[in-house]
Amino acid sequence: MKLNEVEVGSTVTVKKIEGDGAYKRRIMDMGITKGVELYIRKVAPLGDPVEITVRGYELSVRKNDAQCVEVE
Amino acid sequence: MNIKFALAGNPNCGKTTMFNALTGANQYVGNWPGVTVEKKEGKVKGNKEDNITVVDLPGIYSLSPYTLEEVVSRDFLLNEDPDVIIDLVDATNIERNLYLTTQLIETGVPVVIALNMADLIEKRGLKIDTKRLSMVLGCPIIETSALKGTGLKELIAEAVKVAKQGEHQLPQSIFSEKIEKAIDTVVPALSETITANKKRWYAVKVLENDEKVMNHIVLSSQNKTTIDSLRKELETELDDDMESIITDGRYTYIQKLISTTVEKPKEKLTMSDKIDKIVTNRFLGIPIFLAVMFVVYYISVTTIGTFVTDWTNDVFVVAIQDAVSGFLGSVGASSLLTAVIVDGIIGGVGAVIGFAPQMAILFLFLSILEDCGYMVRIAFVMDRVFRYFGLSGKSFIPLLIGSGCGIPAIMASKTIEQDNDRRLTIMTATFIPCGAKLPVIALLGGVMAGKVAGWKAAGFIAPAMYFVGIAAVLVAAIMLKKTKPFSGKPAPFVMELPEYHIPSAKTVLLHVWERLKGFLIKAGTILVVACIVIWFLSTFGFEGGSFGMVEDTANSLIAAIGDFIAPIFAPLGFGNWQSVASSLTGFSAKEAIVSTMGVLANVAGDPEDAVNVAAGVAKWFPTGMAALSFLIFNLLDSPCLAAISTMASELNDRKWFWFAIVFQNVYAYCISLMVYQIGSLVLYGTFGFWTVVAFIVLAFMLFMLFRPDPYKDQKTYSLRSVEA
Repeated sequence: MKLNEVEVGSTVTVKKIEGDGAYKRRIMDMGITKGVELYIRKVAPLGDPVEITVRGYELSVRKNDAQCVEVE
Repeated sequence: MNIKFALAGNPNCGKTTMFNALTGANQYVGNWPGVTVEKKEGKVKGNKEDNITVVDLPGIYSLSPYTLEEVVSRDFLLNEDPDVIIDLVDATNIERNLYLTTQLIETGVPVVIALNMADLIEKRGLKIDTKRLSMVLGCPIIETSALKGTGLKELIAEAVKVAKQGEHQLPQSIFSEKIEKAIDTVVPALSETITANKKRWYAVKVLENDEKVMNHIVLSSQNKTTIDSLRKELETELDDDMESIITDGRYTYIQKLISTTVEKPKEKLTMSDKIDKIVTNRFLGIPIFLAVMFVVYYISVTTIGTFVTDWTNDVFVVAIQDAVSGFLGSVGASSLLTAVIVDGIIGGVGAVIGFAPQMAILFLFLSILEDCGYMVRIAFVMDRVFRYFGLSGKSFIPLLIGSGCGIPAIMASKTIEQDNDRRLTIMTATFIPCGAKLPVIALLGGVMAGKVAGWKAAGFIAPAMYFVGIAAVLVAAIMLKKTKPFSGKPAPFVMELPEYHIPSAKTVLLHVWERLKGFLIKAGTILVVACIVIWFLSTFGFEGGSFGMVEDTANSLIAAIGDFIAPIFAPLGFGNWQSVASSLTGFSAKEAIVSTMGVLANVAGDPEDAVNVAAGVAKWFPTGMAALSFLIFNLLDSPCLAAISTMASELNDRKWFWFAIVFQNVYAYCISLMVYQIGSLVLYGTFGFWTVVAFIVLAFMLFMLFRPDPYKDQKTYSLRSVEA
């Protein structure tokens, strides 16, 4: 499953991160790495971006960009 | 001994607060990632023995920079050899903060960790075994609270000790056995010129195949092949690219470390979470945002703001004028001197100073918004809207700051990662009316209210001008985004949402005062000079064949200059020398428009009524539409000189800078032309050559707005500022 398909309120584990250099590097620097737990906290009022809890803090990413994160 | 400390850490972990506490400086702090975009130096106060310099760096998440302000930090840490890095670690967000720590330790510069926000550890029910953490990481840890001022003395003492030691431990191994073995293979291959303490850093970078480092490093071709095959081997085995493997490795190490040193309480909803639930709620988010914006600008511009401003203008300025002219009369000053001071300086500057309270209230609101953490939520809520216009929600932050002052707004654009988006934001941020434009809006609002029957108050003109500003930004964004230099896939949006906190009164008031001080100093310097110059130019001239004081201002020097340029602005409805001269002085400072009008209106035979400059000014605008057109032109054209020079340094490219200047002025001219010509046609039925031109411009703009985007299917991101 891709991160953008995950329903709000669920917790998932990162399996793999695909995608292009700079962006991948950035989200990994921010703590989204293989095996980490993500909690999809909420969606912005207009349906995008999403807010996720990762490593104890809040991060916001766009659904479109989140496609590159494979989760389960 | 001269010692240099670098303050490094994640964004928003309190570096600037720490810097201010250490140096007694008043650098600006806020509660959103990216407040500090430039490095700042200061001397540590209260330490007589050594000469200690602290450098406050923009926050970074890692040493691989993603945005421009992060490059500033990385370059400083790696190239300028600070004696000690003071690494601020936010105790409440320790896991991600330590990620940077692992990289900082690798640089070979001694690191002292300041475990900041230590006062919150207990409150949150966190337990941190600092002794063990310090032992494992191999660097001293001091618990601090920059906000409360605790632990700072100990921190400096420890850092000085480390700096004086000279020698320190080499960075330790933190990765899995396989990676460590690979690093051990790379180290001997590195050139001897790299000192022992930096070897590990370079080895990891070479293994990662980091482009920037690879360009600087010389490897024998044999070593290069060995390392390349080693890398490939690891990549196939671990099924990922080397950069990701290293990042993974760091986080795995931290996770292990934390499991034995940090005890987290069970997750429960904090106050911040509860607030956030409402503020960014699916249904309430946007109404709340609109309400907040309305309240902020309505209160500061129309209600309390005008109340205080009116009082200052009506009572205060007039009182000073009377007192000064009385005093000058009693000491027997010449009538010329009295005229310069009372009409020229006090009349002009006074017309502007009166707006200080209004601005203070606006700054107060803005800095509360910034400090409490709502600013990033706005970016979060509005991102979807902005993406529709091809911008990122992050672009909203510069715009909002721009309603206070354009200069920090232009600087805040540094946090935008895509180069073309950043340029676009720099070029358009000043369309939003800044504090200095408020007097202009109020004055012209008064003129329009006088012109149009039924408009009792100019109350809604100010909110309308904010709307015009935002619309101007969006229209410009859409048009430019469809041209080649600005095209590209919308930039990704990755942003940390910091916790809310109650704004600290000290921070907020300090910020308001700093801004207000800037405004008052400007009024006391630039505006005074501008007023004297304008007064001189409008009082002297050629009359009856000789140079001297003129009876009729129409013969003055400024009238001659203004008349020369005025025809250009005739199609916009204000082709008279007074308004053109005022617009010109607007480039020195936007509020100078008002002070110039104050001087000119007074000279024009209205000296008793300095308070109500609007009445005198009204004569220059035949219709309300002309006044509106003048106002819009002065809101959208190039900002004041200070902001223009900030634009120049942020764009850092002569070609782009001139493009920005030309674009802003042509854009302002076109919009004003359309407003005046089409507005006059609708309201008064005037039709002429310029009406046709206005319709042609309108048609062109509509075409640029609605034509299909030729670069729509572009799959690649545009160049990132870091690469540019």
